[in-house]
Amino acid sequence: MTVYLPIAELSVNILIILGMGAAVGFLSGMFGVGGGFLITPLLIFYNIPPVVAVATGANQVVASSISGAITHFRRGTIDIKLGTVLLCGGLVGATLGVWLFSLLRRVGQLDLVISLLYVVLLGSVGGLMLWESIGAMRKAAKNQSTPRRRPGQHNWIHGLPLKMRFKKSKIYLSVIPVATLGFAIGILTSIMGVGGGFIMVPAMIYLLRIPTSVVVGTSLFQIVFVSAYTVIVQASTNYTVDIVLAFVLMIAGVIGAQYGVRVGQRLRGEQLRALLALLVLAVGIRLAIELIIPPKDIYSVVSAGFGF
Amino acid sequence: MFALARLCLVSLLLALAAPAAAQVREDELSEFSEKLEIGISTDEISITSDFRGADLTIFGAIDGFDEKLLAQGKYSIIVTLEGPKEHATVRRKERVFGIWVNTRSMTFELVPESYSLSSTRDIETIAPPGELGNMGIGVDHMRLVPLGFVGDGSNLGEFRNAFRRIRETSGVYQRDPGGVRFISSSLFRASVRLPANVPNGVHVVRAYLFRDGLFVAAKALPLTVVKTGLEQAITRAAHDQPLIYGLFAVLLAVITGWGASLLFRKE
Repeated sequence: MTVYLPIAELSVNILIILGMGAAVGFLSGMFGVGGGFLITPLLIFYNIPPVVAVATGANQVVASSISGAITHFRRGTIDIKLGTVLLCGGLVGATLGVWLFSLLRRVGQLDLVISLLYVVLLGSVGGLMLWESIGAMRKAAKNQSTPRRRPGQHNWIHGLPLKMRFKKSKIYLSVIPVATLGFAIGILTSIMGVGGGFIMVPAMIYLLRIPTSVVVGTSLFQIVFVSAYTVIVQASTNYTVDIVLAFVLMIAGVIGAQYGVRVGQRLRGEQLRALLALLVLAVGIRLAIELIIPPKDIYSVVSAGFGF
Repeated sequence: MFALARLCLVSLLLALAAPAAAQVREDELSEFSEKLEIGISTDEISITSDFRGADLTIFGAIDGFDEKLLAQGKYSIIVTLEGPKEHATVRRKERVFGIWVNTRSMTFELVPESYSLSSTRDIETIAPPGELGNMGIGVDHMRLVPLGFVGDGSNLGEFRNAFRRIRETSGVYQRDPGGVRFISSSLFRASVRLPANVPNGVHVVRAYLFRDGLFVAAKALPLTVVKTGLEQAITRAAHDQPLIYGLFAVLLAVITGWGASLLFRKE
């Protein structure tokens, strides 16, 4: 059963797209991640033009993050003030990112940059996570308790000017690192089609020392708005958001996520992290191989469409 | 398909009976007495979303022909269907520090997005390459003019060949030596292929008459290709109302995400 994707300009098997969306939704529910970093590479492996995969991936991120953001909002675990500072940086970053995206596309280096960014980010994040979770599993086997990080610890970031009081987080922090983090994530959202939670959450916990209780909610708050903004800007500058593809992915994704959450609750934290790390590394390696092996045709043609 | 078949039938009747409405006269001054007439019954083709490509039939007649030459089979006909023109960029990958990177590129000025050619026989045997090259008939003779600075032009040939090869393998450029047949002494029928990914816009049907390797007459008819259906409406919305389209895409995501969380919470 095929469906024609009007923006990607190709026919795809709807069952494969549904399966992809459900699988990524399941994993994102299981691991508590947005899934943008999995859906975009999968779409690229399935020959969807990277320009379309990225912009459509951002749309899928909106759907997969919104319900989580609403839940956190109801529970009061979003620091709106902190989230707004992040968001300000994020919107600037996303604007710059879309501009960079158009520029790279014009000079013909977009596909390469997307793949390279994925390889570097997935490789490093996956590697670190695997290392950390294996360490945790070893310690658990030896019945040792993992050393807890002291939230009172300060680093150079806390010496920066322009400090602001964030009441909900009970933290007095410079806006510079917060907005910079938002900015960097905004660029990644628009170039890679990811929400960026897998980088933002650790950065907020370990670098900014924001209490864990508000980190996930606040990062989801930023992700929803930045990815929604990215979708709108991508749609109006590059015309690359494929609404048919996005809708099929979304439907399958949100349903898959519900089942993923249930399975995730039965697994142990460090096992989950190790599995996620392996998955992230596998996707990164697959993309790296694509860059290294000789292409089928060293020539490509691009015209008003996306080329063939 | 039925619609197309009917269309062909109608065009046949029209071509036989009287000058059709869609016929466009393009009288050319020439020393030859022969004239070429072609007709298609419509100047617009609607393509639905399940379109998998189709054959378009064009009927034509040679007027003022020489009986003897016709009997000897000296007349040859080439019919082309040329899609709308766009700039096209060819890029070449090279290995840089172990990874494959697009390093060189060349943009060709206004080349057709699709091109189907039918002829009475292989076009290389119809006219000398110089003549075909001058007129830009056939994929191999199509004008590929690079845009901007191309250096010494030493790699022009390889980029042109790559362009032709990729367009032919993807099926948007096609040729059918034998697609034009005489159905009576001077009446011919040509079928050109509309590829599945036929671009929207104004296409041009061109017919060329050759007599013993010499170009005699040509005729052109415009043909508008309009895609219809939901997919086309989406494409149009994405390009004409991009902001609203983007907002709608976000709204759809919000409803889907929120809706699913409400739906599953009740269970």
